[in-house]
Amino acid sequence: MSFEPQGLKADNPPFDFRLHFSMPSVFRRWRWPLVALLISLLTLIPLSVIVLSSLTPDPVIWQHLLDYALPELLNNTLWLVLGVAAGVLLLGVPLAWLVAVYDFPGRKHFNWALMLPLAMPAYVMAFTQVGLFDFSGPVQTLLRAHFDNTRWFPPIRSTGGLVLVMSLAFYPYVYLLARNAFSTMGRRALEVGQTLGLSRSAGFWHIALPMARPWIMGGLILALMETLADFGTVSIFNFDAFTTAIYKAWFSLFSLDTAKQLASLLVALIFVMVVLEQYARGRRAYVQAGRAAPLPRLRLAGARAWLASGYALLVLVLAFVLPFGQLLVWSWGALEQEWNEALFGYALRSVTLSMMAALMIVCVALLLSYARRRDGGALVRLLARVATLGYAVPGTVLAVGIFVPIAWLDNVLIGHFFAGQDVTAVLKGTLAVMLLAYVSRFLAVGYSAVDAAMNRITRSQEEAARNLGYSGFALLRHVHLPLLQGGLLTGVLMVFVDVMKEMPITMMTRPFGWDTLAVRIYGLTSEGVFDQAALPAVVLVLVGLIPTLLLSRQKDVA
Amino acid sequence: MDALLQLNAVSQAYAGKPVIDNMSFQLAEGEIACLLGSSGCGKTTVLRCIAGFEPLRGGDIRLNGERIAAPGYNKPAHLRAVGMVFQDYALFPHLDVAANVGFGLRGLGDGERKARVGLMLEVVGLSALAGAYPHELSGGQQQRVALARALAPRPRLLLLDEPFSNLDVDLRQRLSHEVRGILKEQGMTAIMVTHDQQEAFAMADKVGVMHHGHLQQWASPYQLYHEPASRYVADFIGQGAFVPAVISGPQCVTLEVGEYCSLTPLAYQVGAQVDVLLRPDDVVHDDHSELTAVVKGKVFMGSEFMYTLQLPSGQQVLAQVPSHHNHAIGEAIGIRLELDHLIAFAR
Repeated sequence: MSFEPQGLKADNPPFDFRLHFSMPSVFRRWRWPLVALLISLLTLIPLSVIVLSSLTPDPVIWQHLLDYALPELLNNTLWLVLGVAAGVLLLGVPLAWLVAVYDFPGRKHFNWALMLPLAMPAYVMAFTQVGLFDFSGPVQTLLRAHFDNTRWFPPIRSTGGLVLVMSLAFYPYVYLLARNAFSTMGRRALEVGQTLGLSRSAGFWHIALPMARPWIMGGLILALMETLADFGTVSIFNFDAFTTAIYKAWFSLFSLDTAKQLASLLVALIFVMVVLEQYARGRRAYVQAGRAAPLPRLRLAGARAWLASGYALLVLVLAFVLPFGQLLVWSWGALEQEWNEALFGYALRSVTLSMMAALMIVCVALLLSYARRRDGGALVRLLARVATLGYAVPGTVLAVGIFVPIAWLDNVLIGHFFAGQDVTAVLKGTLAVMLLAYVSRFLAVGYSAVDAAMNRITRSQEEAARNLGYSGFALLRHVHLPLLQGGLLTGVLMVFVDVMKEMPITMMTRPFGWDTLAVRIYGLTSEGVFDQAALPAVVLVLVGLIPTLLLSRQKDVA
Repeated sequence: MDALLQLNAVSQAYAGKPVIDNMSFQLAEGEIACLLGSSGCGKTTVLRCIAGFEPLRGGDIRLNGERIAAPGYNKPAHLRAVGMVFQDYALFPHLDVAANVGFGLRGLGDGERKARVGLMLEVVGLSALAGAYPHELSGGQQQRVALARALAPRPRLLLLDEPFSNLDVDLRQRLSHEVRGILKEQGMTAIMVTHDQQEAFAMADKVGVMHHGHLQQWASPYQLYHEPASRYVADFIGQGAFVPAVISGPQCVTLEVGEYCSLTPLAYQVGAQVDVLLRPDDVVHDDHSELTAVVKGKVFMGSEFMYTLQLPSGQQVLAQVPSHHNHAIGEAIGIRLELDHLIAFAR
């Protein structure tokens, strides 16, 4: 039974050698990292363009920025971020605690309804609130009927008003994560507190809040990244933020270099947020320790019960019922005038674009997820993370970052193939570039859905099929695809809705004539005709309700 | 007769750390073998090598005389016709029971396929559940579906990876008996992996004891218990105590309690220092014996007691005694040794 190397060697089939040294073998080894690399380039190139531009600053541009734009931009951004942070925390955390721990009239409905604002794009929320609370809006008009004047009424078109609107739009991120943390924390933790003499409300400060902090931080960072990336809302408020400054630099001043420099600053701010998010997420594991039976809810009685219901209702009315109601009223009034072929045109282009982007993104996500499945190495995992980084990058930044290399490529192509002819653009302003920008921005959305489903397929399920004679394409077709169906569908749906609502990339990269619902809303709101913008906005909100309801059904295990 | 499965000096390593080291064994057609060992001893890796999921570092594997694996050559898993039942069953949740069982029968026509699926479901006793989905089945039923699915394409060899580890003890015993019946009835050659001795003894014609990637012994359950090839196997299989002794004749040893002679010759020189294995059933309680030992501990096991006894020198041994002999701790009781199979290891 002893090991005989000579005997074995003599026995080896000769083609072993070829297997080790031929080209296909090298290709086989690297094919999945290669696939992942190609996909991640879509995000890596635009990001590098922006980051590298900050390494070669143009002194003239910077002097101009420092003299005129930057002080105000930084000041505005600081107050906006601080204000929204305070706003989403004050709205989201108490609501999450109420819904997770107490029982009061309507709790079950508030549980999901408080997420409804997620369905409304922030810019839609913005113009309805402005319309509602402005001098000529219904609220102040009503007040004037009872008082002499409404000069005492705080102006909605102000930093305070903007902070309020954004807080109402983005608090669901904090609410969602905090609620899940509170309700999965388990009764044990709070019971331990009770045996040590802490009441439930004292337990909130001393046990629940510290334990849920990583989740709350995560929700907060998500809300702040949305705030920094927002383009539509700040435009409606005529508030100078980095995103609008980038847009203006490019489309009003026609200085792509200024846009690049501003974008690099915004990327730096986002980077800080990403680092904070990673920090918060890294520590998120420790809450899981206390997983036990779910918390039995404490029934509130009398005035306290109605106070809880009243507070939840107030937030829900301000953040969803009132704006959505106003949208419906406006739409009804504008129906006759606006319900026409033009509207169908916008809707059709929105749906076509979103569908193309969704299908493309989910295919790319499937490829990336399969690559990670086949090759679990550190390189592929890293590349997958890079490829999905685009979700953290504001659309305005990505638009600039993609336009620059495309413009360069155009010049090269024109120099080679169209020299002397009257050609100014080959790729610039095509649908393909727009779709690439969408892929870069929303790949993470599709990928997380597909990859979650992929992870539910066990290694032994694959191996069982191989044992039973399946391999290659048959394996993918008979095992992976049927098992991934749900994940692929979720991915398509989520991306579809996100692209429908997307504004800056669409504004900045769309081919001539490709006006979508979002572009139409931007045009109408910048002219101040809110009632005409309402009808396309209602369509967006209704589409946006689909994933919000799916999400609430999925997460509502508590 | 040629063996159906041959492993010749097979070696395997993960990240430079050897997992299987120079392992060889043979399995004849229709035999059921069992690889036994504690977790991490490499037994599952052996199965995965035979199935084709892991490449070899050294040696080769032959099935029906055909070489299916060697360093640098790995016949793809889907071409080997080697079936496998996985520890987590790995049923396909999107297919019902019949479709799961028929999954490996792609080459057959509809009628043939249906007949085969029906037959397999009958064999495992699940005909009534053909339309059910995996999540609607109990653990034991899922296990049977997995077995039927693996058997349906008539594999040349069936591998079972800890097939009963997710079931409760009662069901485990019943099912292991039943599965052995099914495999024998189908004339299937099979290798099972387990860490449970009772399961291995109940299922297998041949048992391989593995330790740190080494195959310690490949033998029948009876041989493993009565003729362990190494001290590790003697210790791992069953219970017992090692008692120091001196070889006093070609077939005899002298222990502190006297001289005992085996029915077979011993492989040691006269005068050599050895340890002799005393199994609990070698130590017999006898009130008339002059040799006594003190009860140091006892465990009630129903029909018998397992006594821990101390010999005059302080050496402790185990004794299995019918349970109507109820002695108190500290009491001295008469014992007698019955050593027909002397098992000795050099000290």
